[in-house]
This record gives sequence, structure tokens and C-alpha cells, in this order.
Amino acid sequence: MKIRVDPDRCQGHARCFGLAPELFEIDDYGLSTVVGDGRVPPELEERARLAIANCPEYAIDDCS
Amino acid sequence: MSSERERLMDTVVVVGAGLAGLRACEGLRQKGYSGRLVLVGDEVHDPYDRPPLSKQFLAGTVALEQVMLRSAEELGGLGLELRMGPEHRARRLDVAAGVVELEDGEELAFDGLVLATGSRARHLPGTEHLPGVFTLRSLDDAVSLKAVLESGARLLVVGAGFIGMEVAATARALGAAVTVVEPLEVPLGRVIGPLAGEALTRLHEAHGVRLLLGRGVASLEATPGGLRAELDDGTTLEADAVLVGIGAVPNVEWLDGSGLEIEESGVICDSTLEAAPGVVVAGDIARWPYVKSERVRLEHRTNAAEQGEHAAASLLGSREPFSTVPYVWSDQYDVKIQLLGIPRPTDDCEVLEGSFEEGSCLAVYGRQGSFTAAIGFHKARSLMRLRPLFLRGATFDEARTALG
Ligand SMILES: Cc1cc2nc3c(=O)[nH]c(=O)nc-3n(C[C@H](O)[C@H](O)[C@H](O)COP(=O)(O)OP(=O)(O)OC[C@H]3O[C@@H](n4cnc5c(N)ncnc54)[C@H](O)[C@@H]3O)c2cc1C
Repeated sequence: MKIRVDPDRCQGHARCFGLAPELFEIDDYGLSTVVGDGRVPPELEERARLAIANCPEYAIDDCS
Repeated sequence: MSSERERLMDTVVVVGAGLAGLRACEGLRQKGYSGRLVLVGDEVHDPYDRPPLSKQFLAGTVALEQVMLRSAEELGGLGLELRMGPEHRARRLDVAAGVVELEDGEELAFDGLVLATGSRARHLPGTEHLPGVFTLRSLDDAVSLKAVLESGARLLVVGAGFIGMEVAATARALGAAVTVVEPLEVPLGRVIGPLAGEALTRLHEAHGVRLLLGRGVASLEATPGGLRAELDDGTTLEADAVLVGIGAVPNVEWLDGSGLEIEESGVICDSTLEAAPGVVVAGDIARWPYVKSERVRLEHRTNAAEQGEHAAASLLGSREPFSTVPYVWSDQYDVKIQLLGIPRPTDDCEVLEGSFEEGSCLAVYGRQGSFTAAIGFHKARSLMRLRPLFLRGATFDEARTALG
């Protein structure tokens, strides 16, 4: 699985970081980027899906 | 996933085509429900998102298409039978008989039912039909309000809640002259308490909003030149437009006599969001057991999304309790205000990072030793680091020292 964050959609809620801090980096405005190249280790896939489903702006998607 | 329940269901009816209703439909399909799925909504629009209506859409930075929650293709892919528009408003429910009756007389028999009728704006009594007086709940409301918010317009905002303060900020950005009248001593006083509330007073005053706090509107009338409000301290104000932002009323009246229990305007449901066998509730109208089984009802967007999906799973037989960390945000000028948990105005409030004066601040709330909430102004990262503490029911002391 591989994920990405659309910077134009991200509004800085940082919910992804709250749910899966291993997978996202955020700045103080809450703007999110994926850690590394966005590849998700199998044990974190469930968390990645949670983050995708809980982004209020639908800014994260599975691009694998 | 195939459960007992699913095999017994041929027709599921979802009432309310907002975010919660939409997510329930998506959840049902994702979890394998392939039977008849009827979505009933009393608005003519496809499901759309409300938060931008007081922010980017009102400001003109986000277009109508971007406010829609799904594209026509995505909606088409869900295989829904649509009943959209005022003539399809659900007007009566009989749980025992398993029937929903619509405004045009159609009777929909169901095996499973999702209730997600959301809320509507509360009006100032007697002003509903005055020209120039607005409330803001629907897309149509936002389009009407947007048309009068031009540079130089005099806007009076009644009520310093989330919607009032967001509209005040957006209207200032558009060049309108804004006055806010609020009976409490600070904006959002009932939600975030005095400390954070005072920070909002300063924020809005710094942007040129005139805040008249501790005062209410006694009367509002049309004049040849616009509108005139008289406050309860005798002050009179002239305005071109008035935005009434005095809260929302859950749409539950139509459930009278249905057999479901209503408490403080919410439909009582259990921890799985079930209100009766085969009947689940989601979003603004759901009253469900939160911490220590105390029942709450939330008017938050993420809650509507999460509950829609959870209610769908429960309808298909899952017994998983709904658990969440309540989350709401508000954008005012360039500040993103974020709140986790449910504070009370009387909770202790302690600043952990920054200060409310400088506009970047993180504070935690506590009550009788429990950690009840956290608020951030421009502090998304630190705030979200506190989220796991809620899930494990941390104490106020643990929260106060968690980031140190
Ligand atoms: C202007 C505005 C800004 C907001 N900003 C934020 C924000 O920044 N952050 C945040 O967390 N939350 C915000 N909210 C709150 C959030 O939008 C709501 O909590 C969310 O919309 C609730 O979703 P829902 O699906 O439960 O209800 P709704 O979105 O209200 O949808 C319910 C739908 O059901 C329809 N309906 C009602 N009765 C019937 C009936 N009898 N038959 C058929 N259909 C019916 C309604 O017309 C509506 O279309 C905002 C709300 C508004 C209005």
C-alpha cells in the first residue's frame, strides 16, 4: 500500500497525524505530508485506512 | 461480511441526505449490502458539505462544485433509489410496522432504517420572513447571504457561536462592516469557556469587528433603508443585513409517535448507535453514550461522517460500540481553532504552549481530575499528540505534563 496527501485539499486538521503518527508529518499549521515516499508497511495498513476515512477534506488517498 | 441481519434485509431506507446519510449508504455498500437502498432527502441538491458555507464558499474562494461531497458518477456507483426534494420529506415513522411515510404520501416499507435528518438553524422568533434577515444552514442560505455581503455592507450578527463568528470573519474579509451582539460575556462562551473566549474577542476586535457582549436583541424591524435592531440595553443599530446564528435545532419532530425515545432533541441510541431493532441513528440527531455512559449529542462534521459509517455496520449486525474523540474546528481569519473532547465553561483551563494573547496557543481542560478537552489555536500538531490520551482516559495531570 502507498498513500499520498493532496496539498491543495489538506486544511490542517491533522487528524491523520492523530490517528497514525508513524505515517504522517505535520507542521504547526497542521499541514500534512506522508513520511518518506508514502509506502505503508503491512502492519500499518489498517491505520492508513483509518486516516484516509477520517480526513475531513478527503485529502489522503491510496495510490498503490 | 455476511451476517444474520444482512440476509434478512431486502430494503434499507436512509432518511437524510447529508454527510451522515451519505456515509451510511457508502458504508452499507462497502460492507457488502447489495439489496435495495433508498435515500430520502428533503433538499433538491445532491449531498454537500456544510463547513465551507460559512468559510471558503461564502468568501468566494471555493466554488459550488467543490462543496458537493461526491460527483454524480460516485453517487451513481452506489446504486441508490433517490427520493430528493421537499415533496419527499419524511413526515412519519412507524417503527413497529417498519414503514416511513413521505410528504407526497408514499409509504416506504423497510427492513433496516438509518435516521440522519441533521438539524436546522434556529430563528429569532418573528423575524423569519423579514427581508435581509438570514440564517445559515443550507447551500441555498449561503447563496442568498453571499449575495448581500459586499464591501461596505453593514452586517449585524446575532449570536457569537461558531457560525456567527465565522460569518463575521468572512464578512470582514469581504469588506463589510460587522457588529456582533451576544448575551454571554465572550464568543463561544458556552463551548470553550472564558479564557479561550476572550482570545476570540481580541482576535475579532483586531480585525475591526464591533462586539457588543452581554447584550441581547430585544426587537428587529424593517425600515425604509434596511433593518433596525434594538438591544435590551436600549442601544439601536442600523444594518443592511442580519445573520442570526443562535444555534441549531435537531430535525426530530417528525419522529413523534414513532415509538423511538427522544431526549433533549436527540434520538436515544445504544453504544452501537441502534435506537430499536433494525433502526440506527447518525450525525446531529444521535444521542449516544459517551464517556462513563453519559449521553451526548454532537453537531460536528467528523462525528456525522464516523457515525454514518458506524451505524451502517451496526445495521448489518456488528455489535462494536461507537467510540470517538469528539473533534470540531473553526476557521476565523487565518486562525484554525481546533477542539478535541467536550469541555464545559466551568472546567479548569490551563495553557500548555504559547499564549492566547499571541494567537498561537494550546490549552487543556479538566474537571474533577479528568482530562475533558484540549483546544488549539494554530497548534494542530501538538493538539493531535494529545489525542491518544483521550482514548485511554488520561487524568488532567497526565494531560498537563504530556507534552513537556
Ligand atoms: C455553516 C455551517 C458551518 C459548519 N462548520 C463546521 C465546522 O467547521 N466543523 C465542524 O465540525 N462542523 C461544522 N458544521 C456542522 C456540520 O456541518 C454538521 O454537524 C453536519 O452537517 C451534520 O451532518 P448530518 O448528516 O447529521 O446532518 P445535515 O448535514 O443537517 O443533513 C441532514 C439532511 O437531512 C435533511 N432532512 C431533515 N429532515 C428531513 C426529513 N424529515 N426527511 C428527509 N430529509 C430530511 C436535511 O435537509 C439535510 O439535508 C457546520 C454547519 C454549518 C451549517
